[in-house]
Amino acid sequence: MAKTKTNTEDYLQMYRQMVRIRTFEDNANKLYLDAKMPGLTHMYSGEEAVAVGICEALKVTDKITSTHRGHGHCVAKGAAFKEMFCELLGKEEGYCRGKGGSMHIADQSNGNLGANAIVGGSMGIATGSAFTAKMLGTDDVTVCFFGDGATAQGLLYEVMNMAALWKLPVIYACENNGYSEYTRTEEIAAGSITARAEAFGIEAHQVDGQDVLAVNTLTQKLVARARKGEGPFFLELMTYRYHGHHVGDINREYYRTKDEEKDWKENRDPIIRFRGWLVSEGIASEDEIEAMNAEVRQDAEQAVDYALNAKYPDVSEVDMHVYSDIKHALA
Amino acid sequence: MREITLSQAVNEALAEEMRRDERVFIIGEDVAEAGTPFKVLAGLVEEFGTGRVVDTPIAEPGFMGIAVGAAMTGTRPVVDLMFGDFIYLIMDQLCNQAAKTHYMSGGKLNVPLVLRTNLGATRRSAAQHSQSLQALVAHIPGLKVAMPSSAYEAKGLMKTAIRDDNPVVIFEDKLMYQDKAPVPEEEYLIPFGEANIKREGTDITLIGTSSMVQVAEKAAEILTREGIEAEVIDPRTIVPLDEATLLKSVRKTSRAIVIDEGHQSYGVTAEIASRINEKAFYHLDAPVLRMGAMDVPVPFSPALEDVTVPTPEGVAENARRLMSGEMIHAA
Repeated sequence: MAKTKTNTEDYLQMYRQMVRIRTFEDNANKLYLDAKMPGLTHMYSGEEAVAVGICEALKVTDKITSTHRGHGHCVAKGAAFKEMFCELLGKEEGYCRGKGGSMHIADQSNGNLGANAIVGGSMGIATGSAFTAKMLGTDDVTVCFFGDGATAQGLLYEVMNMAALWKLPVIYACENNGYSEYTRTEEIAAGSITARAEAFGIEAHQVDGQDVLAVNTLTQKLVARARKGEGPFFLELMTYRYHGHHVGDINREYYRTKDEEKDWKENRDPIIRFRGWLVSEGIASEDEIEAMNAEVRQDAEQAVDYALNAKYPDVSEVDMHVYSDIKHALA
Repeated sequence: MREITLSQAVNEALAEEMRRDERVFIIGEDVAEAGTPFKVLAGLVEEFGTGRVVDTPIAEPGFMGIAVGAAMTGTRPVVDLMFGDFIYLIMDQLCNQAAKTHYMSGGKLNVPLVLRTNLGATRRSAAQHSQSLQALVAHIPGLKVAMPSSAYEAKGLMKTAIRDDNPVVIFEDKLMYQDKAPVPEEEYLIPFGEANIKREGTDITLIGTSSMVQVAEKAAEILTREGIEAEVIDPRTIVPLDEATLLKSVRKTSRAIVIDEGHQSYGVTAEIASRINEKAFYHLDAPVLRMGAMDVPVPFSPALEDVTVPTPEGVAENARRLMSGEMIHAA
C-alpha cells in the first residue's frame, strides 16, 4: 500500500465511504432482484477505491461528472442514501424528484453535475465546468469520470485538445474495468490509453484502482497542481466491476470467466485490502471496523425502507422542469 | 429611426449583453479575430478579449459540450455554429444533454446557453451549407427556438435569449446579414412567444418564419393589387409558439398558408398547420396550406436551387387558388 500524509480520520472516512458504496449497491441490486425497482441499474461494486480515492481529494465546491455506473461517484462526492434511494425508485424526494433515476442522478449541492446515460456524454460538460472555473477565477477542479469503453468516443479527443490548449483545471479519470459493456477492452482499444492523452501534451498516469491510498495520494497532488493552473491531467485507474454490465447481465461466461471474477474479489478487493491495512497499522480494530460496517448497513436499510414507502411525484409534475421559467410546459 | 444591418444588430446585442453581464462569452470557430466568415462578430474580440471571445478548433461536439458544462456551472455561453447544417454534429450535446439537464435534475440544474446559427438556401452553397433545420430542434422539449425576420427582431430576440435560463437556438438567415431595418438606439428586448402582426388583412393569413416573412409580405403586396387582403404574421419564436395570435387571425380570415424554409415534410409548417386545423377547424373555408422547402437535398446549380424554396409569386398563386375555393394539395 502506498503511504499518504493524511491522518487517521481521513483513512477511516475513506474506508467508510467505500463500505457505503458497496452497501448501497448491494441494496440496489436486491431491490432490482426483488422487482421493487423500476428499470435497471449498473453496479459500481469492485470499483470503490477509484471514486473514494479521487473524491476524498476534492472540496465540496469541486465538480465531478459521472456515468451510467454512477452510484459510487454520487456517494463518494457526499450524497445521502435517503435521497439516492428515493431517486432510484422514482420518488418525489429523490435528488431529481424522480425524473432522472439511476442513470441521471445528480447532486448539485455536492458538486455532482450528474450521471450520464450516453457513454462519454459528460466529457464536454466536465471540460466546460473547468472552463467556468478558469473564466470566473475560482480554484475549483473538475473530475470527469468515464470508463474504458468511453475512450472510443471522439468527443474525448476534441475536449482533451481544448483542455490542453487552454490549460483547464480538469482531471480525466478513466476507470478501466476491463470491459466495454459485454466486450473485452483489448478488443475495442488499440494501443495505449494513457498515450492518447500524452499525445495532447497531457500528463497521464496509470494507477492501481484497487488501492485507495495510491489513488488518493496521486489525486491530491494532481488536484493541487490543477488548482494552480498546471492542468489538465489524465488518470487510467485499473479496476474491475464485480457485476455484469448491468444488474440483469447474469450469464456472462461468454465474455469472462468465473475464475477471473473470483480472483479479483478474493485477492484484489479494495475494501478487504484497505481493511487489512487499517488493522495492521493499528488505525482501527476489527471491532471498530465491524461497528462501522453495521452502522452503514443500518443506515442503508433505513433509507431503503423510507424510499419504498415514500410518495411518488404527483402526476402534475410531468410537464414541470421542462423550462426553468415556465411552470407547466403544456399548460 | 436609424437603420442598421441584421449583422450589426446581432453584434450590438452581443456587445450590450457582454457589457451588462461578465458571465456572457462567445465560443466557436473563427469567432475572434476573423469575426466569423460573415463578419457578424467583427470588433468584439478587441473589446472583450480572447478570454470571452473564444476561438476553438474545428470540433463542434467538443465546443458545444464545453458550452453545456460551462452553462451548468455559472457562465452564459453564446455558441457560434458557423453553419446550421453542422447541427447534426452536435445533436447529442444539444438534444441529449442541454435540452434535458433541467428536467432530468428535477429543476436543480440550468443550462443558460444560446446557440446562434443560420439557415437559408439560394446562396449557391449546395446541400451541406444551405439547410434550414429548425424543425429538428423545435421537436425537442427543453429547447427554445427563435427565428428573427429582420435586424430589429435579431437584436431584441438575441438579448432575450442571452438572459433566458434555458437553452435557446437562434437561426439567422445568412442571406439577410446585410439587410437593413430600423433599429432603435435605446435598449429593447422582444419577449419570446409573442407573434408580430406585420400586416393586417381580412381574406387570408400568411404565417411566415425568418426570411419567409419577407416572402409573405411581398406576396401580400401582389395580392392587394388584385383585391385580396392578406394578413401577415411573424411568430418570431416557434418554441414557445404564440398560438393565440395565429388562431385569432385565422378565425377572422378563414384561410391560412404557413411558410418556412425547412423541408416541408414533417416540418414547422406541418406543425403550425396542424394546430390551426385542430383548434380553428370550424372557422376554416379551405385547407391550411404548407409551403416549405422542396423535399430534396439543396442542389448546387442555380437553375435547380431557385425552384426549391417558397417565393412571393408561389405564395400569391396558392393564395389565389385558396380564395377561389379550389381544393388543392401541396406539391
